[in-house]
Amino acid sequence: MESGPAEKSKKYDRQLRLWGDHGQAALESAKVCLVNATATGTEILKNIILPGIGSFTIVDAHKVSGEDIGNNFFLEKDTIGKSRAQVATELLLELNEDVNGDFIEETVDNLLRNNSGFFQNFHMVIVTDLPERTLVTLAAQLWESDTPLLVCRSYGLIGYMRMVLKEHTVVESHPDNAIEDLRLDHPFRTLTEYCNAQNMAEMTKKEHSHTPWLVIIYKFLEDWKKHNGEMPRNYKEKSKLKEMIREGILKNQDLVPEDEENFDEAIRNVNSTLVPTKSKPFWILARAVKEFVQNEGQGRLPVRGSIPDMTADSERYIQLQNIYKEQALQDIAIVTNYVHQLLQTLGRPQDNISDSDIKTFCKNASFLQLIRCRSLAQEYDPATANHADIAMHLEDTDDDDLVFYILLRAVDRFYSQYSKYPGCYGDSMEADIPKLKACVSKLLQDWGITQNVKDDYVHEFCRYGASELHSVAAYMGGVAAQEVIKVITHQFIPINNTYIYNAMKQSSITVQM
Amino acid sequence: MVAEVQDWPGRWSHLQAILERSGPFAHPEFEASSEVLSFLEDTCRVLVIGAGGLGCELLKDLAYMGFRQISVIDMDTIDLSNLNRQFLFRKKDIGQPKATVAAAFINNRIVGCKVTPYPVFIAEFHIVVCGLDSIVARRWINGMLISLLTYDSEGVLDQSSLIPMVDGGTEGFKGNTRVCLPGVTACIECTLELYPPQINFPMCTIAHTPRLPEHCIEYVRVLLWPQEHPFGASVGIDGDDPDHIKWIYEHAVDRANQYGITGVDYRLTQGVVKRIIPAVASTNAVIAAACATEVFKLASSCCQTLNNYMNFNDADGVYTYTFEAERNENCAACSQVPQVLRFSEDTLLQDVVQHLKESAAFQLRSPGLVAMVNNKNKTLYMSTVKSIEEATKPNLKKTLQELGLRDGQEIIVADPTTPKSIVFRLQLATNMDGN
Repeated sequence: MESGPAEKSKKYDRQLRLWGDHGQAALESAKVCLVNATATGTEILKNIILPGIGSFTIVDAHKVSGEDIGNNFFLEKDTIGKSRAQVATELLLELNEDVNGDFIEETVDNLLRNNSGFFQNFHMVIVTDLPERTLVTLAAQLWESDTPLLVCRSYGLIGYMRMVLKEHTVVESHPDNAIEDLRLDHPFRTLTEYCNAQNMAEMTKKEHSHTPWLVIIYKFLEDWKKHNGEMPRNYKEKSKLKEMIREGILKNQDLVPEDEENFDEAIRNVNSTLVPTKSKPFWILARAVKEFVQNEGQGRLPVRGSIPDMTADSERYIQLQNIYKEQALQDIAIVTNYVHQLLQTLGRPQDNISDSDIKTFCKNASFLQLIRCRSLAQEYDPATANHADIAMHLEDTDDDDLVFYILLRAVDRFYSQYSKYPGCYGDSMEADIPKLKACVSKLLQDWGITQNVKDDYVHEFCRYGASELHSVAAYMGGVAAQEVIKVITHQFIPINNTYIYNAMKQSSITVQM
Repeated sequence: MVAEVQDWPGRWSHLQAILERSGPFAHPEFEASSEVLSFLEDTCRVLVIGAGGLGCELLKDLAYMGFRQISVIDMDTIDLSNLNRQFLFRKKDIGQPKATVAAAFINNRIVGCKVTPYPVFIAEFHIVVCGLDSIVARRWINGMLISLLTYDSEGVLDQSSLIPMVDGGTEGFKGNTRVCLPGVTACIECTLELYPPQINFPMCTIAHTPRLPEHCIEYVRVLLWPQEHPFGASVGIDGDDPDHIKWIYEHAVDRANQYGITGVDYRLTQGVVKRIIPAVASTNAVIAAACATEVFKLASSCCQTLNNYMNFNDADGVYTYTFEAERNENCAACSQVPQVLRFSEDTLLQDVVQHLKESAAFQLRSPGLVAMVNNKNKTLYMSTVKSIEEATKPNLKKTLQELGLRDGQEIIVADPTTPKSIVFRLQLATNMDGN
């Protein structure tokens, strides 16, 4: 039975506070495909089914083995020999009645051969445990059709994740500790008028100590600019401005400064307020914002239209808030005009971009993110591989987690040579160590890298024997699911492009391969 | 062995690869053999505290990492808003105790796993792992594990009395995992300053100068409700009662309109009233998995453990930061150093209470203070029992001298953050010395 709207908002309450109803709507209309229901694969699906992805499809030709049941929560006892795709799909569907799921018991190679458009039907494809050759072919097709691909893997105590997408834009990146957009360096007309009308000299003690710091900094900046018309630029000048503000605190009959919290706030906010207002403009919206910046904005982005909380009486705080809000609405109206003009030129209907999208875009204009990943083809071709970065990481005297990227590529090379991974449980580990070492050397040689990889890492990788530890799979299942959610909701910032997790030290790095 | 009868070929080969073969990054004491897995399965007892977002994940992760002797504690029952991440629960389980339902699910899904859903004597466990959303409960467990430590006559720690604690915490897209060896590495109390202070709006803002929608909601919660008692004289706010939230929401809207404030909505109202922390499946999966890996390493020695703190955030890319939190030499919980309180004779008792609550090193919640005065145990102040609170309240306005306290005096302080009272030695300056 599906949940109604009221029930959904209760069930998803804790995540709606993170990505909002519109993020949830995007998630609920998305279709994803998982290749191979390994422990890592089902853990990823679990973490996108619980928050309510629209639908999933599992592609997996394997039959459930004894090893599979040993590390995969979504394969039950007594299913050895059955279709892994089917068993996993059934158990995953129990997690959330609002999610649809199906499966195809087929190899990727066959699908690519016989049903070439199959993978393009999804908003995102997630791949685990695919031989290098097939992976590269699939990646090339997805790259061509502009379908995002996420490759994920758990190997012993190491995790690997690669995001492959041509271009991804984020409007709501939700930055932590963003600098406020207050324009004290270039105050707009209504702000100037408002601040000028505030006469601090004639205020009562209570009014004085409840004058918002925004007004205080404005006034002292005006005083400051009387010298040479410039803003305070360096540490010394800023300290001087702070000193001026401190001098402005009311004093009692004994000339002792009063306790005025708003002045303390003003002094604390001088540094961040004086960061110059910069522009960082993209596509139709970006172009429209660009027009605004070049014309009405006089080089500056539309005003964000929000102010931080500050000690103040309700009346003046809300007046100030409205001044910023009004200015933002005016700027948005101008941008909307440009958007409509551009849409007309492009022959698209005016409602192609909604008012609320324009508003969100303008509010986030200084946080827009654009991510362009390199393709898997570029990474796997020795001519275009990022050997410079690899060499640089190897030079670090500290053990750098990038070494695990090299080892993972080396075990794949091992697999393509010997049709098995080095040191699989039951096989001899010692015999595989020199062979894996040779794979590492050849790989580095292909990249033209002269440094070497410590033998300890080669040994440790043979010990892993391609085992997939559940807790490592669960960790990767968490991070990978979050990346899928980022790509689908266009909120928060995905990785670009390779993430390596080292469970030995609980450390990790992100590199562009 | 019983366990072997139930296993099937290949079941544990993922673990056996790591446990039956050594490697250059193994702990120096690691001895690869099939006995390591047997130890995890049959001997090693793990206590999981919390069966919520982290707890559900932990139980699953530990069970697949070879552990079978698991106990889980949680006093909470299942709510609809848990289902977006607490994957061992279904709609039909709403209202049932979390620990029982979680244990039954795991035992049913994972052959041979024996999760018991009831509290047991903590000293019986080899490892404790916490997945809690309460700082107070975490501190209490920390204090409990420290109280179990024994030292010989020379003050050397008896290693067999040490129970390692692995602790995870999440909030939105942020989280952390840490490994504490009580008495050896930094404990929870050593690093109290890592917890952000709770945000409380000043009363005068709420009462007189509201600016944000939150101020309006707080006004209704803190000032209007106790005045109007909308649902009867003795009915307090129940954040899960939709009628209560609706009442607060509607009155907050009125207040907001009065001041021209916008943005009060039902979701925000509930968030402020219940102090809701956003939570999502992925972060819980990550942090619980890191904790389970550490439990696995501690129990098997197959690899060095995390030293000792990992911070995680995946809002902007995926970011981890690993560092060694240091012990606090004067830690009130694990240092065995007597705690000193320095005040002057004319300090008021309320200032001492305030200090215990606000000082970064103590952060007590509702401290109760007892001292020996004239050879009698005298409760100076206690807020947790209403009748005693009323009887001792006048003491708050008295000076330490008036209360008969002297320099060098011991004050015994009880608090919900610790299972054992903390003994403070009072250092009193006379009025002349100042303070």
